[in-house]
Amino acid sequence: MTLTLHAPRIVKTAPLVQVHGVSKSYGPVVALREVAAKVYPGEVLGIVGESGSGKSTLLRMMNLEETPDAGSYTLDLPDVEGNLFDLNRFARRILCATQIGIVYQNPHLGLLMNHSSSGNVAERLLVAGERRFAVLREKAKEALAASEFPLERLDAPPIELSGGMQQRVQLAKAIALAPALLLLDEPTTGLDVSVQALVLDTLKRLQRDRKITMVIVSHDLGVIRTLADRVMVMRRGEVVEAGLVDQIFQDPQHAYTQQLVHAKL
Amino acid sequence: MTPVLDIRGLSKGFTMHHLGQGFTAFDDISFTVDAGDFVLLKGTNGAGKSTLLRTLYRSYLPQAGEVIFQSAQGEIDLACAADIDITYLRQTEIGFVTQFLVARPRVSAEALVAEPLRLAGVAHHEALETARHWLKTFGVKENLWPAYPTTFSGGEQQKVNLARALIRPHKLLLLDEPTASLDANARAALVQRLADLKAQGTAMIGVFHHPGDVEYLIDRVIDLTPDALVQEERQDVAV
Repeated sequence: MTLTLHAPRIVKTAPLVQVHGVSKSYGPVVALREVAAKVYPGEVLGIVGESGSGKSTLLRMMNLEETPDAGSYTLDLPDVEGNLFDLNRFARRILCATQIGIVYQNPHLGLLMNHSSSGNVAERLLVAGERRFAVLREKAKEALAASEFPLERLDAPPIELSGGMQQRVQLAKAIALAPALLLLDEPTTGLDVSVQALVLDTLKRLQRDRKITMVIVSHDLGVIRTLADRVMVMRRGEVVEAGLVDQIFQDPQHAYTQQLVHAKL
Repeated sequence: MTPVLDIRGLSKGFTMHHLGQGFTAFDDISFTVDAGDFVLLKGTNGAGKSTLLRTLYRSYLPQAGEVIFQSAQGEIDLACAADIDITYLRQTEIGFVTQFLVARPRVSAEALVAEPLRLAGVAHHEALETARHWLKTFGVKENLWPAYPTTFSGGEQQKVNLARALIRPHKLLLLDEPTASLDANARAALVQRLADLKAQGTAMIGVFHHPGDVEYLIDRVIDLTPDALVQEERQDVAV
């Protein structure tokens, strides 16, 4: 039993992201049930939950890769109106290229592994309509530098790079067009601990310097604790609890969250 | 004058689902704190002193009551304010000082200390200069400033944490035993900083193992020992 929280009174800006009543089933399997979420500009929302909780499905929907059975998704941006799930394929592609960046756990999903790293980043700019070669190369270089990618390896294809470097190329591609929303799906899972720390540090710096709104999915509670302002806990396709990151870790309300937090080493 | 903080009937308990039971940390607490007031919380171990501080900061969700805070943006009830409002207030008006540093991998001591200023929009160089000033004030050796504090001793980490927590003034400061295990010089620097903030009007609520450290700052004492919730006047306190 706790108090019901009020609507914001001090922060007057509207949420950038609003997801309402999102449900999705794959045959008899319910992946998401009536999921709702809000993310404010500049905020980092962490989503935690075990495998199969629906957290990655929700993230893919925010990247408009999948359409739910029901529900709405809006982004509070100029010239972006209505339920984004209703957009046609062409409009989705433009919106994703210009306003939404994503970094996948598996770099193969986000990159052309045999093309040069700078080319991978420039592809994003091409989709958005840039055709001048010099501008493409310069902008790609800038984005790679912001992701702390070693510029002497600009033309190396991701296949030749280490896992941490591949994630930086994905990140550069994701931020090349200064998107309003950055989605991160287990961005440091599978990396060495020291590389993981470097990638986290880069993300933290980007968040501070560019005030990018982020949604990060991870089963690593340490990663969430480091990056997120707010956390949403998911289980079997439903949101069981959401709150400030320190509150979720120190005063979890739901039985499942208590179990999850206490299971952390 | 309207108090900075007006706590009315605040209660907090915990439910431990795996044990199928709950317990009350504190119940029906009421008191006010004015600008420049320093309130000491006292009580036996487990009386709920730290729990009260964390509830005011909203690391813990209160179960009943109101916490009316006079923000620069207007009056707001911290007990049920939206998470995003709490995040904003933590970045601008409400500070929490503990003895523990939350170090981040590959972030230097000076960058960690400068961060609250950077988030408030202060330019990189200026924030760093101020950070170095406070690291020096709290007695962190200069050669440690660019190093990663993850490997520092407990005492050095604590000093870095104090520099970070106190680098900018707040309207309300919550102090959870910040002097524990500090050496004498750092303790003196901390008490001086608190005295300056108090003079500037910061309202403070603190838990101190050895209240003697901050004796001359204390305006009021709140005893959280169950059934002993009485406000004592300063002169009645044995410290």
